[in-house]
Amino acid sequence: MSNEAEQIDDVVDIDAESDLGDEYLTFQLADEEYGVDILKVRELRGWESVTRIPNSPSYVKGVLNLRGAIVPIIDLRERFNLTVTDLSEMTVVIVLAVKDKKDGHERTMGVVVDSISDVVHAKLNDVQATPEFGSHLDTEYIAGLADAKGKMLMLLDVDAMLSISRMG
Amino acid sequence: MAIDMEQFHQVFFEESFEGLDVMETGLLNLDNGEADDEEINTIFRAAHSIKGGSGTFGFQNIADFTHIMETLLDEVRDGIRELNHAGINVLLKSVDCLRMMMNAASEGSDVDDDEVKVNFDALQNILGSESGPSTAASTAVVASDTPAAVSAGAGWKISFAPHKNFMQFGNDPVRVIRELATLGALNGRVDTSKVPDFASLNPEDMYLSWEMELAGNVNKAAIDDVFAWVEDESDISVSEAKNTAAEAPNSADAPQEAASQTAVAKKSPAASTEKKEKAAAASSSIRVGIDKIDDLINMVGELVITQSMLSMLGEDFNMSRLEKLQEGLIQLSRHTRELQESVMQIRMVPISFTFSRFPRMVRDLSEKLGKRMELVMHGENTELDKTVIEKIGDPLVHLVRNSIDHGIEMPADRIAAGKPEMGTIQLNAFHRGGNIVIEITDDGKGIDKEVIFNKGVEKGLVEPGAKLSDQQIYDLLFNPGFSTATEITDVSGRGVGMDVVKKNIMSLGGAIETHSVKGQGSIFSIRLPLTLAILDGQSVSVGSDNYIIPLVSIVESVQPKKESLNMVAGKGETYKLRDEYLPIIRVGDLFQIPDAKAQKLEDGLLVVVEADGKRFGVFVDDLLGQQQVVIKSLESNYKRIDGISGATILGDGSVALILDILGLVRMTSKQV
Repeated sequence: MSNEAEQIDDVVDIDAESDLGDEYLTFQLADEEYGVDILKVRELRGWESVTRIPNSPSYVKGVLNLRGAIVPIIDLRERFNLTVTDLSEMTVVIVLAVKDKKDGHERTMGVVVDSISDVVHAKLNDVQATPEFGSHLDTEYIAGLADAKGKMLMLLDVDAMLSISRMG
Repeated sequence: MAIDMEQFHQVFFEESFEGLDVMETGLLNLDNGEADDEEINTIFRAAHSIKGGSGTFGFQNIADFTHIMETLLDEVRDGIRELNHAGINVLLKSVDCLRMMMNAASEGSDVDDDEVKVNFDALQNILGSESGPSTAASTAVVASDTPAAVSAGAGWKISFAPHKNFMQFGNDPVRVIRELATLGALNGRVDTSKVPDFASLNPEDMYLSWEMELAGNVNKAAIDDVFAWVEDESDISVSEAKNTAAEAPNSADAPQEAASQTAVAKKSPAASTEKKEKAAAASSSIRVGIDKIDDLINMVGELVITQSMLSMLGEDFNMSRLEKLQEGLIQLSRHTRELQESVMQIRMVPISFTFSRFPRMVRDLSEKLGKRMELVMHGENTELDKTVIEKIGDPLVHLVRNSIDHGIEMPADRIAAGKPEMGTIQLNAFHRGGNIVIEITDDGKGIDKEVIFNKGVEKGLVEPGAKLSDQQIYDLLFNPGFSTATEITDVSGRGVGMDVVKKNIMSLGGAIETHSVKGQGSIFSIRLPLTLAILDGQSVSVGSDNYIIPLVSIVESVQPKKESLNMVAGKGETYKLRDEYLPIIRVGDLFQIPDAKAQKLEDGLLVVVEADGKRFGVFVDDLLGQQQVVIKSLESNYKRIDGISGATILGDGSVALILDILGLVRMTSKQV
């Protein structure tokens, strides 16, 4: 009966997942392709001016008002020491839910990226040693590498990358 | 039977603590001789509900303890017994003891059995002495170890046959049996002969009855007590068992096992929910008057009406209806503001929550110290933000304790000084200019400025020849480790605390002032902001950044003149304002604002602020408007920033940061 149908659905879902892997939102950053777990993404916004926070690292652009919550915005280009570009209305902000591994506190943060690419299913491969592919960022922020339609995708560990304790 | 009782525990504890407060207040009134019969009734009722609740929820120790208190109160109520001062003392101590037991039960920690025993015995003693005859039998009930009226040791034969409607009254046979089992070794046999076939079985009816043997030296009254709640809905017979009958028939083992299994089964969910409940207890709740809620509902109703009006207007809008639109928007903003005010009101609780603990404290301390005093309280209904109320409690206790210990003199000294023998401590709460002021006044010996000054010199806090204003001398009191008491008592005088008092008050954004006249008394007056969530702010601009300075800390703003600028050792800047040299805090430098316009002092403005009793000049580019701002935490999504106390959202939706003046001062002193 209906119960049975549900069960069958479940099975199909699990099969689909094991075939395709988790879903990731992919974006571009200086011609490199990155991905974040789509379940971490809260919303996408256009860039708007923020309020600077004094004595903060330069990649913390400032805070903005997200429906009454004060949300810090982080420029991923600066965070990964890539060449800095001007921020315009075309720049995209991905609002992410970040879980602090230390205190278990969930924070909402925005990251500035060049452009959003796609939503893909991807399975994790193991991370390889950094020097081999000369990335600009510490491997500890990369949860793994994936293959998306022939292009390499760096899947970011959002929680590690945006951990407050690691920000200056 | 299947209802999970655990979910009601939180409510039970809350109500019981309230009941304890009621008992305490009532007892204190009794002691002051203000009591009438109604007062005793109130105390009795509170005790009775606690006993009933704790019994139902399985806190047997609390129920037992309350029972004996209740018995005593019952005698007082019936006029059989007079309650004297000593008796009230014992009852008050018992209230404390109950509170301790209740805390232990809610937190799942251990009960201090010795204390329970001491208080229990004290109550027993009162009851035992020249007591009313009629209730004597039932008083012995709980003390199952007292030798009186105990069976010969062979135990009791109990038959327990609940009526058919037993469970409809909310009774639970398992609870009764479990309670019986606590009295001694219990063996029993269940009679299932009346259970009908499944089709005609009504799950809410009772079909079972029990035959039980209770072994050991058990007081009959204790057994009666177990059945006290259910005797109207069941047939109970208790008879002394013959020695031979003490051996329970073998067949009884099975049902007994079943009974114990139900007990175990009931216990395991209890254990698992225990943790959950503790977490729930940690998140505090607030009691809100129904009128405040009604106000809110009304306001939301109007908001909905305005909203629907506006959306109708929006459906086919043309310029001819512009006026209507504006009208609607004005209405909307008014409703929103009102709604905000009423929501803020919910957080406001009367300060009597804090004040109510003082009558007891003053009474206990005066007794301990052999002093005589009365406590006068005014403005108990002054409302304060709940967070403020919670945090101000301990500092207030400390100040009152100090006044009692150091302020009020011994009766003989008071008479010698020509003052009434009875000292007075006054607690006063009132509004003054957007702040709440709490005053603690005593008519004691006052603060001896000379003693404090000498002590300050001795501790190296002041130069021997320094000239200090009265306020500066009194401020010495709030230094860590500063105590003027020549003798350290266990009440106060260790010098720990006054600095903490000040720190607590400062952390709430308040201030404390001291006034005293030697020989006549002292006044400590605490100024607190009404709420922590909203503040009046002055926006200032530094470069392209805007910041909010809390209006309470601003003294004045001046256009600085070049000739009043002075350098201290070529580094620290000071500004001479009238006769005072103000250290200058450059926000632009501290916050490394690249486009701060004013570099030279005469190009900008100096906002004179007061923090920690000292004044500073905060140097900014320009003053903007004043406005009320709602404080938002920066930490909830980011982290604490030095010199910033929070953030707020301005009218245009942008974020502005609120300056933390004390933090800025600390940053400056680190830099120099």
